[in-house]
Amino acid sequence: MFGKLTWDAIPWTHPIPLVAGIGAFGIVGAVVLFLIFKGYAPYLWREWMTSCDHKRIGVMYVLLAAVMILRGLTDAIMMRSQLAVAYKAPGYLPPDHYDQIFSAHGTIMILFMAMPFVIGLMNIALPLQLGVRDVAFPTLNNVSFWLTASGALLVNLSLLIGEFAKTGWLPYPPLSELTYSPGVGVDYYLWAVQIAGVGTLLSGINFVTTILKLRAPGMTLMRMPMFTWCSLVSVLLIVCAFPIFTATLALLILDRYLGFHFFTNEAGGNMMMFMNLVWAWGHPEVYILVMPAYGIYSEVVQTFSGKPLFGYRSMVIAAMAIGVLALLVWLHHFFTMGAGGDVNAFFGIMTTIIAVPTGVKMFNWLFTMYRGRIVFKTPMMWSLAFLFTFVIGGLTGVMMAVPPVDFMVHNSLFLIAHFHNVIIAGVVFAAFAGYTYWFPKAFGFCLDERWGKAAFWCWLVGFYLAFMPLYVMGLMGATRRMQHYDVAAWYPWMLIAESGIILV
Amino acid sequence: MASPCKRLAGRALRTRLRFRGPSPAAVALRCGAALAALPLGGCQELIVLHPKGVVGEATSSLLIGTFIIMLPIVVPTMLAPLIFGWWYRRSNTRAYFEPSFVESGKIELITWSLPLLTIMLLGSVAWIASHDLDPAKPLSSDEEPLNVQVVSLDWKWLFIYPDQNVASVNRLVIPAGVPIHFRLTSASVMNAFFVPQLGSMIYTMNGMATNLNLNANEAGSFMGLSAMFSGNGFSDMHFTTEAVPKADFDTWTKQASNGGGPTLSSQAYKDLSVQSMNVAPYTYSAVEPGLFDRIVTQELPPGPGPSSGGGF
Repeated sequence: MFGKLTWDAIPWTHPIPLVAGIGAFGIVGAVVLFLIFKGYAPYLWREWMTSCDHKRIGVMYVLLAAVMILRGLTDAIMMRSQLAVAYKAPGYLPPDHYDQIFSAHGTIMILFMAMPFVIGLMNIALPLQLGVRDVAFPTLNNVSFWLTASGALLVNLSLLIGEFAKTGWLPYPPLSELTYSPGVGVDYYLWAVQIAGVGTLLSGINFVTTILKLRAPGMTLMRMPMFTWCSLVSVLLIVCAFPIFTATLALLILDRYLGFHFFTNEAGGNMMMFMNLVWAWGHPEVYILVMPAYGIYSEVVQTFSGKPLFGYRSMVIAAMAIGVLALLVWLHHFFTMGAGGDVNAFFGIMTTIIAVPTGVKMFNWLFTMYRGRIVFKTPMMWSLAFLFTFVIGGLTGVMMAVPPVDFMVHNSLFLIAHFHNVIIAGVVFAAFAGYTYWFPKAFGFCLDERWGKAAFWCWLVGFYLAFMPLYVMGLMGATRRMQHYDVAAWYPWMLIAESGIILV
Repeated sequence: MASPCKRLAGRALRTRLRFRGPSPAAVALRCGAALAALPLGGCQELIVLHPKGVVGEATSSLLIGTFIIMLPIVVPTMLAPLIFGWWYRRSNTRAYFEPSFVESGKIELITWSLPLLTIMLLGSVAWIASHDLDPAKPLSSDEEPLNVQVVSLDWKWLFIYPDQNVASVNRLVIPAGVPIHFRLTSASVMNAFFVPQLGSMIYTMNGMATNLNLNANEAGSFMGLSAMFSGNGFSDMHFTTEAVPKADFDTWTKQASNGGGPTLSSQAYKDLSVQSMNVAPYTYSAVEPGLFDRIVTQELPPGPGPSSGGGF
């Protein structure tokens, strides 16, 4: 009945995942049992789990993201502390386990934390902003959520049964092929991400339809709030890019299960094809995440500056321009493949051009604040921190967009610092800003300002401590995904980064 | 700047040595001392910015150049939220409040054109640099380039010197001042060949060969590593690159070929391609002709991968 599944699949000899798995599922199980015994189960089933109400689905998405950020953050803390002790020493995590942790960290943070968070906020705010009763396909909306949640469950199940992928958050072949990764880890990744990916695609279709077809009378396109505009770009990108991802992973599944040779070393397989396809999804994906974030900042900045958004039309044009350009830059993730001057230069230039509409957006937020009356509530603090910090990420991003510069810092900790800089300062700060900003809308009361500010300062200082050293180490030649190292110069910076993550 | 920088680095080193010990207090003090010295002391350790080859010099000055080009636009943009946030705070009664200020053609002209101009400048830099610094482009030099064939294996590096008919594992020896033409492939999964102080990195992939041209301006020992995650042994996939004077290089190749090391035959290569970590550097005294091409054309099959570890 269980096929090849035996008791050996449970990591008896690896106390860390075993204890963590038992602990995590123990807590989840205890909560479920508690709810059942208290008699809340029928209520939760009827009113929440099977609910088609966009607000409730939104809340569930955000809840999922909140649980997943705990898992992702735990992974991050484990990685940083491993590297803090692994100077000329093996550390406490063997490579086998360490590789699973960084793969799980990336997969969870992008696909099961950031995605549910922004889609959750879209669910809560978007129909309200458009003045419609619900999204276009409410039942489908519920299905989307549960597909995403199932994916998240599968990833976490791998803690206790079997293992997770040891290939990084994007399983590059041939390493992810059966020959080099015979374990079940990559399979966990493929199925979890496929299931969640379908959920996201359905969400995307749902929102595109809602925005384009269901607006309240009088809500013309050019009257839509900026969050809706940015979300429109994001969901259009979902519809464009997610099918590529699903198809690519399906090809890898065929390779692994049915002996096909799309990306294998042998029989004419080509791993470069995988990289092209996966980044043709992967780069739009970061804009799928960051566009709603831009939308949240637009709402927050105008609210707490006491004046409408500056340059609305510019903002719309910039958002659409970013959406189009996002589809044309995927090759900058592998300039170092040796594609030649023309190809690299084209994609390098396209990448730097994205900085133009992004810059316009930055300036427009600044001019929204200009001659405003700024109130420093928590969402505004997140936005100000974003404006300041994101510029650094943009600066390093444009630097790396110049191909020969990328030849020096590709896959280094400089790159890691860059994308954490843009994703944390861009998406995560926005998610927290949006959470605090719309919380009263969803629950009818405001969150405590003191706790909000405390969380903000810990995150901000922790972020700088954790990631600025990574820029420096990148320039010292340190690469990502190392499990230990012998270079003395990196050691103190690793310790600073460790202190940062603890503060976060 | 160099001398205080070195002095600080020296002080940090001394402090570090003095406090070396297991107690937590000593560790804390050591970190503190290192921390204090880092902003400047790090100078020499930022090896990417201290290149020892022409390609490295060009790329690192490009890195700094792009950084400087963007500073005029980045610094004001970073300061603006702080200044605007502070001056237009609600409690500041002197600040001008104009809620109707939502459109301004002049400002928008600036907000579009300023980044656009910067990017046009950077774009042309990117275009020129991508062609000049294309890894496959031979370096201009009077000297005949030295051919080195690189194979990344699980998890070690094999360097074949076809013209000298010797090979070396996990240790790259090159003559200083001579341009080196690398042809690179992989025996199994992808890796990236990277010697930060010499210049560009490049992927190695099975079934195909990539090209890379580098040189070392001066003799020295440089860190080399794989910059692309390749599995469990990845963290130990580093190698020393030794740039030596040309005469010493000739001596080294002679020693290698007369030194009685094993011959790199097809069988020896197959044995080498089995997964292993932390292999101590050694040399091969002879290399089967055309071995590299047979790896690239997959006449010699890709490495076998793990022998166990199938999970279930």
